[in-house]
Parts: sequence; C-alpha cells; structure tokens
Amino acid sequence: MTAAVPLRARLRRAHSTTQTGARRREGIIAVGMAAPAVLLLFVFVVIPIGLAFVLAFTSARLVSPTPARFVGLRNFAMLAEDPVFLRSVLNTFVFAAVVVPLQAGVALGLALLINARFRGTDFFRTVYFIPVVTSMVVVSIVWTLLYQKDGLLNRVIEAVTFGQVEGPDWLNDPSTSLAAIVFMSVWQGAGFHMIIWLAGLQTIPADLYEAASIDGVSRWTRFRYVTWPGLRATRTFVLITITIAAFSLFTQVNVMTQGGPLDSTTTVVYQAVRSGYQQQQTAYASAISLVFFVLVLIVSLVQRYLTREKD
Amino acid sequence: MNARTRRLARASLAVITATAALTGCATGGGGSGGQGGALKLWTHNAGNAAEYAVVEKIVNDFNASQSTYKVEIEAFPQGAYNDAVVASASSKKLPCILDVDGPNVPNWAWGGYLAPLEISDGEVPVADQLPSTVGKYQDKVYAFGFYDVALTMFARKSVLDENGIRIPTADQPWTRAEFTAALTALKATGKFEHPLEMGTGGSGEWWPYAYSPQLQSFGGDLVDRTTYKTADGTLNGPEALDWAKWFRSLVTDGYMAQKSGASPNDDFLNGKSAIEWDGSWDAAKNVEKLGDDLVILPPVDFGKGPKIGGASWQWAMSANCSEPDGARAYLEFSRKTKYFTEYAKATGTIPATDAAAAQIPGYEPGGRYEPLVRAARDFAVVRPVTPAYPFIASVFEKAAKDVVAGADPDSALDEAVKQIDANLKMNDFYAG
Amino acid sequence: MSTRSSQSRATSGPPTAWRRLPVHAVRVVLALFFAFPVVFMLVSSFKPDQQIFGDLSGPRAFLPVGDLSLTNYTAVFERVPALRFLLNSLAISATTVVLGIVVNSLAAFALSRMRWPGRKLLLTLIIATLIVPFETFALPLVWWVNELPWLELNGFGLTLTEGWLDTYRVQVLPFVAHGFSIFLFHQYFQSIPKELDEAALIDGAGWFGIYRRIVMPLSGPAIATVAILTFLPAWNSYLWPLMVVQQEELRPVMVGIQYFFQLNPSWGEIMAYSSMITVPVLALFLAFQRSFINSIASSGVKG
Repeated sequence: MTAAVPLRARLRRAHSTTQTGARRREGIIAVGMAAPAVLLLFVFVVIPIGLAFVLAFTSARLVSPTPARFVGLRNFAMLAEDPVFLRSVLNTFVFAAVVVPLQAGVALGLALLINARFRGTDFFRTVYFIPVVTSMVVVSIVWTLLYQKDGLLNRVIEAVTFGQVEGPDWLNDPSTSLAAIVFMSVWQGAGFHMIIWLAGLQTIPADLYEAASIDGVSRWTRFRYVTWPGLRATRTFVLITITIAAFSLFTQVNVMTQGGPLDSTTTVVYQAVRSGYQQQQTAYASAISLVFFVLVLIVSLVQRYLTREKD
Repeated sequence: MNARTRRLARASLAVITATAALTGCATGGGGSGGQGGALKLWTHNAGNAAEYAVVEKIVNDFNASQSTYKVEIEAFPQGAYNDAVVASASSKKLPCILDVDGPNVPNWAWGGYLAPLEISDGEVPVADQLPSTVGKYQDKVYAFGFYDVALTMFARKSVLDENGIRIPTADQPWTRAEFTAALTALKATGKFEHPLEMGTGGSGEWWPYAYSPQLQSFGGDLVDRTTYKTADGTLNGPEALDWAKWFRSLVTDGYMAQKSGASPNDDFLNGKSAIEWDGSWDAAKNVEKLGDDLVILPPVDFGKGPKIGGASWQWAMSANCSEPDGARAYLEFSRKTKYFTEYAKATGTIPATDAAAAQIPGYEPGGRYEPLVRAARDFAVVRPVTPAYPFIASVFEKAAKDVVAGADPDSALDEAVKQIDANLKMNDFYAG
Repeated sequence: MSTRSSQSRATSGPPTAWRRLPVHAVRVVLALFFAFPVVFMLVSSFKPDQQIFGDLSGPRAFLPVGDLSLTNYTAVFERVPALRFLLNSLAISATTVVLGIVVNSLAAFALSRMRWPGRKLLLTLIIATLIVPFETFALPLVWWVNELPWLELNGFGLTLTEGWLDTYRVQVLPFVAHGFSIFLFHQYFQSIPKELDEAALIDGAGWFGIYRRIVMPLSGPAIATVAILTFLPAWNSYLWPLMVVQQEELRPVMVGIQYFFQLNPSWGEIMAYSSMITVPVLALFLAFQRSFINSIASSGVKG
C-alpha cells in the first residue's frame, strides 16, 4: 500500500509515454496493490495447507516422542477401508445437496416476503437476521434443548396435531438426526442469504415490472420471466457461499450429536477434527483433509461447468 | 460519499489506537518456561473459583516461603486445557509446572511432555496416598493429585423404601438381579420418565470414565492390561458382549434415556429419575437439596465386584522446564496435609490421604460421605496405563454410543477392537 | 446512486388492508420462528438452573415467569473477566474488519479493473483457498506462526523477535486476507463502469487515486457486506485463540464460554453469558442495519 504513492507519481510522469510503457506500469501497480493480500494468503493459508498435505504422507502424531517419517500412501489406504470416513463423505454430500437448494429457497422466500414497502420492514429484516449474528455454538446448545424428546418442538407438534402425532427423539434417532441438523442450519443461515437476495431483487430495473404489470401477467409468470432471470448473478453468489459453508459442516455436529447416533450425522470435517485432536492422529487427519479438498474441488469445477453452460 | 470514507478512516484510526493501547497493557511476561527464577504454572481451573483459590493459596505460600523462585499462575478453562497444552508443546512453550488429568499421564509422559518426579515426599509420603491419585508410567511417578473423585448412585431413601427396595451397602452392594428388580419396580410406579439416570447425554472422557467400570464389573475391559498389545478378547469377549447387551437393554426396556438431557442432575432433583449414576462432585449439592432423604449408594456388582474409575487431576512438571529444581521445590512444598485438606474441602472431592479425610466433616469414618471414600479406596480401577489411552477412550466412546443407539453389539465391539489393535500396531505398541 | 427501486412494484394491485393481512401474518409467524431461541436464551438467563429445566417442556420456557433475578449475571462476572474478553474481541474483530476491507479491496481492484498477465489464474487460486476449512490446517498453522519473525518497536528502534504465540496480532493477521472478501469486492467492482477509470486517467489521476476517489466511495454495499462477513467469524473465533493464546488478558469472548463448562455446568450462567456476547453484535447490527441493507439494496451484488 505504501508503495502505491510513488508508483502513482511515476504513472503521472509517464502519462505521455507510449502505450506499452503505460501497460507495464499498470501491471506493476496492480501487482503492488494485490501484494498485501496475496502475501497474507500465502503465509497464513497456502503454506499451512501445504504443510498439512505433506503431513498426510507421514506418520505424524499430535503427541509423539519420535519424529514423523514418510510412510507413502499408508494413510490413504487406511482411509479407503474406514467405514466411518466413507459414511461421513456420504453425509456431507447429502447435507450439502439438501441445504444448498433449501437454504437458498427459504432465503429467497423471506426476501420476497419483505421486499415491499410496509411498516416494520426494518423490524422483520432484523428479526430474520437474529440467528445469523448469534454464535453457532450458542445456537447449537439452544437447539439441542429444543430437540429433546420432551422438548419444546415436540410439545408444539403435539399441540398442533391435538396429540395425534408424537414427535420423534430428533437427535437420537438415526432417521431424523441429519434432518434435524439440516433444519437448524437452514434456520441459522437463511437470514444472511435473504439479504443477499434482497440486494439482488432491487437491482432488477423497475420498468421491467411496469411492462409486466401492463401486460397483466400473473405473479408467477412475473417471477418466472422477470425476477428469476434478473437474479442470475446473485444466484451464483448464493450458490457458492452456501456450498462452501455446507461442505465444512462441523460446529453443529460437534456440539449437538458428535457424529451420532450410529454415524448418521458424522461429516468429513468432524472426522478430521476427531482424528487429529482427540485421537492424536495428525497424519490421518491430514489425509482426510486432502481427500476432502480434492472432492470439493471436483464439485466446484462441476458447478462452474454447469452454471457456465447455462449462460 | 466522501464523508463516509472519511468517517470510516476516522473509525479505523480509533480502533487501531485502542488496539495498540490494549496491546500495551498486555505485553511483557510473554515468555514461558522459567527465566530468572520465574516459574510458570498452568492449571485447568479457570472459571472454577473454589479450586483456583486453593492453587493460588499454595502458590502464594510458596512464593512467600523463599526468595529464589517465583511461581506465576495461568489458568485455562477445563474444556480447552488439553488442546492448549498440546498446542504449546508442539511449539516448545510448555510451562514448568502443570496439572494433568490422570488418565493422560502415560500419554504425556511417553510424548516427552513430562519429566519423572524425582521428588522427596515432602510432608506427606506418596505411599500414604490413594493409589489412584498417583500418576505412574513405566514404574516412574510422573504426577500426583490431592484428591480423587468417585462414581456413585444417588437415590431418594423415601422412594426406595416405598417400593420395598433394599438399600445396598459397600459390603453388600446390589447384584445385577437386584438392580434389575429395582428398576422394574421403579418403572412400574409410572412416576419417572426413566427410573435410571446414567448421564448418557455427556460426551468425551465421561464415557470411558462412567461406563468402562461397569464393563469391568462384568469381566471385560478396554484393553488387555497384561501386555497392552491388544484389545481382542477383552473388549469383545463374551463378558464384554454381555455388558453391551445389558447396556442397550436399559434403553429398550425403558429404564434409561438413550441420551440424557443437558443437566442430568437437575433432572434427578426435579424428580424425573429415581436413581442417578453420577460423580461425587454432585454429592454436596444433592445433600443440600434433599437432606436426609438422599442416599449415596455403592455401584452395582455385575459379577466381578463393584467398580468405579480412579484418577482425577494431578500435578506434574514439564520435561523442558529450565528450572527443574524450582519446580521440584514447589511440588514438594505443596505436599502438606493442610493443602490436601483444603483441596478436598474447596472442591467437594475425596481427599487423597486418610489424614486429610479425618479433618473434613462428612468424610471421616462414619460420615455422610464415607461411602465415597470407601469407593475410591476399594473399588477404583485406574484407566489403562498406556500412551494409547486417548485413542482407546475415543474409540470406546463411539462404540458404547453406537451400542446404546442400537448398533449390533457384536460388530460394534469388533470394530472397536480392530481400530485399537491397528493403532497399537501402527505405533509399535507405544514402546518408545 | 439511484433511489428508485422496484419496491413499490413488488406488491402490485390495490394495497388494501385485507389483501395484505395473510402475508403479514406469515411475516409475524416467521419472526417468532426466527427469534424464539434468542428469546429463550434471554429469558433463561434470569432463571435459576433447576427452573430452566423444569420450564423446558412448556411455553413457560419463553416467558419471564417464576424466580427471576440477576444472579446469573453477577455470577458471570465473578467467574469470567467478561469485560476484558469483550474489549479484546471488539478490538480484534474491528481491526480484522478494517484491515480486511483495505487489503482485500486493493487486491480486488487490481484483479478486476486493471489489466496484467496472470490475474485470472490468480483469482481462481484465491477462490480455491476457500475450499479448505480452517480446522483442518489450524495445527500446522500453530507451529508455523511460532516460527515467524516480527519486528518489534522498542526504545532502541526496531528489533527482530521470533514467535507469534500469545499476542493480539496472531489473532488478527491470519484472518485479514480472505478469498471470499476478494471475490465479493471483485464481483462488485466489475459492476462499476470502467469508463469512469478511463476518464479519470485522462484527467491525470493515478490508479490509486481511482481506487480511493472513485471506486471505493461507490462501493458502500460491498464494504458493508465484507465488514459483516469478516466481523462475525472474528467475533465467534474459538479454536484458534484456544491454541495460540496463553495469557488470560488476551482471550476473546468465545473462549470464555468454556469457563462455564465445569463438571456441573451452570446453564443459567451460560445463557447469561451467551446473551452478553450476542446482544452487542445484535445492537451493532441494529445500529448499522439501515445503511448495511439499504446500501446493498441500492446497487446490489452484481456479477
């Protein structure tokens, strides 16, 4: 940043020189501007990730009297035979596949609901945003209490159905536990994406809506042909942010279920943390992270390919 | 628009100034280890004022008693303590003196974190201590504790009497059949959501601490303690299988919750359960709330006698301490009966020596809490003395949770054995 | 910036009260749904433990009834240096936000508005760094930051010291540059017409001048979004400070939660402390929400 001032001065002086000279200077200044971020990312993200990936090929432990040694692909061979790891990959993908459309949809619904001029817009916006600003640890603790067999959620279900339906033991039943975590995750995250959608909605030129209302089309048609195409860029943004957050699902699981019951909520990041910290198997945890990285990279590339094709 | 940018810049400047001021307050004393007579001491007691006060008192007494060394306390919250220690060890920043949870002693000793305690006894001989309060690995003492905790069953006398259930004693604990009969009778009253509160909502070390003693009472164990080279036959033998089926049956018969609520002790006090399997740390609170109606019961004998887990927090010195003499001096100094007494008084735990127990109301022979002292002395089994313990504990926790949730006990225990054996083999059986 | 928006058009037709009523009812129900855990948290923070669990299975859980007192709050202050932790978190989060806005927007500016070889590849690589969750490389990072040098200003001038553990900077600097913020600024900057730059260059402005005088003043919405996106994780950080901070004076708020998980956690105190660390963030949001959302709304996130 400090280098930019003399560079700017130089650029001024160079204003009348040739086009290529200006280009070269533009390049130098650009590199200077990008440098702080790139340097920080390199030191605090790229290097440690590199270190973690190298560890995946060693015998490194969290606590050990002997230095780590190179063990080739041993950790990956173990990984391939680890049923819990395979289950956590499956769970992670299921979670992402459900949460991405669901959270995006709920958030869009909320945005449409309050994208109107009425008294109390600010109030509702803030209330819908409350879960976002509440720490995930706190939120997870509260939801654990609500999800208990005799907890409030089941009491509500009982009351609404006049005692006809007895709610399940949400977090302790393998058939409902992941769904319960999906539900609270969407609840927690929807408010943020509601705001992103809201922003997108308001970039749609008003005259398009005017034209639509002159034609007297239905609400759905208006949404389908005016609103939805107008949100193309916002869609990509929402998709990417939810996908990344969904794949790194950890805190809720760690607080609420610790992967159980019967591995129904275990996730890749949860397994990496459990192996690396509790079980002190640093190298094995690194192998999990490396495989995870490759998997998510593939998904992002596919996602990018698909969204690009539609354009 | 420009005004906004300016506002932002002003705000940033204010923030940075504030940060600098805060940093100024907190710099200095950053180096750990002991330089120039200062010794760092770490404890897991942040947020636990009662126990912290005793640590502070001993440190103050020690600092006042001599002028060569000055011990400085840094307290961490319990749930974060192990991660903080391991992270510091990886960057060679361990303090000279630190406390350690008993079952972790072999792991930290093996990993080179701890130095053997070559200390003289101080005022209290080590031989006088409850065996579970001395942390040993490979015949060397690495740590000692001032207290232990005990597992016990709490119940209301009135409830047991009403249902014609015999009140067991340490000499004549409940048998498995009696226990089942008691649960059946309590369940039949319909007054309790679950007659038995086992604390199944907990996680982490609670699982091996609370449930492996029951496994041991059935005749199984976490690992074969004669060789520490396999868990085959001990964690998945017929006795262990019997335990696993029994454990699951508590859920299927409706005696116990598959996962307890967030506060099992409050649930017990609120009358949601009749018998609570819990630690001695809740004894004082229960006595206060229930008075004479509270009974403190010994654990059930499932065949091999009643068992509870032994070993709580203990004190040790780090291997890379630059002032080992100072650390030893402090640890020796702390071995006074009055400190043993004060720890137990402050924390409601079981004092590690009889001399201390005699001075604490309720813990003396015939006292209100004597059953806890008895249990700690006669029924305590330390968790497997191996550096593999953290791994074994984590695997056991998952296996036991799976069993309670309805996994096939056979395959759950076999999978656990497979993982433990693979880990032992991969680490050359933790020879090193 | 245009104040005209599609708001009035979004609900076309006669704005009669009866037509709006069902929609409004939905809004209210949803508001209850999104607010209730926080209400539960606040209400419970005034109740003794045993009552919290007694009330749990009924509507009483959400009502300030029974034995209410500030006992939990006074207990919190006895157990945790809460004020110190709040100030620490405030300083750490705010510094991260301010530095993050500057550093990331500069990089995004270079990536989106200037032409130089390799910028597309660099952007892809920056986005790729987002894939790896922090938990999975935290441990190598602990070891690594402990090896890093630091220039320290003392009475004699600059000296080179080693090791970053146990400082404020170790809680700030690793989180300043963030692929996501760069991506967001990049998307936003692309929506600002490039003709503005060309005109400014002809007028003799430098690139840094364009950044500071033209692009950044037009980027309020992006700045607000990045600020929130950076502030929340910084405020909520837990694993990292746990591993790198030893002195109590340097700990942030989330580590404080662990102070309450003793053998027998006091849930009332946990709720009180949770309220104490949530309310400031909520207040901050309330104070800024108009400019935050309205500024986003006035131009939007564009791609």
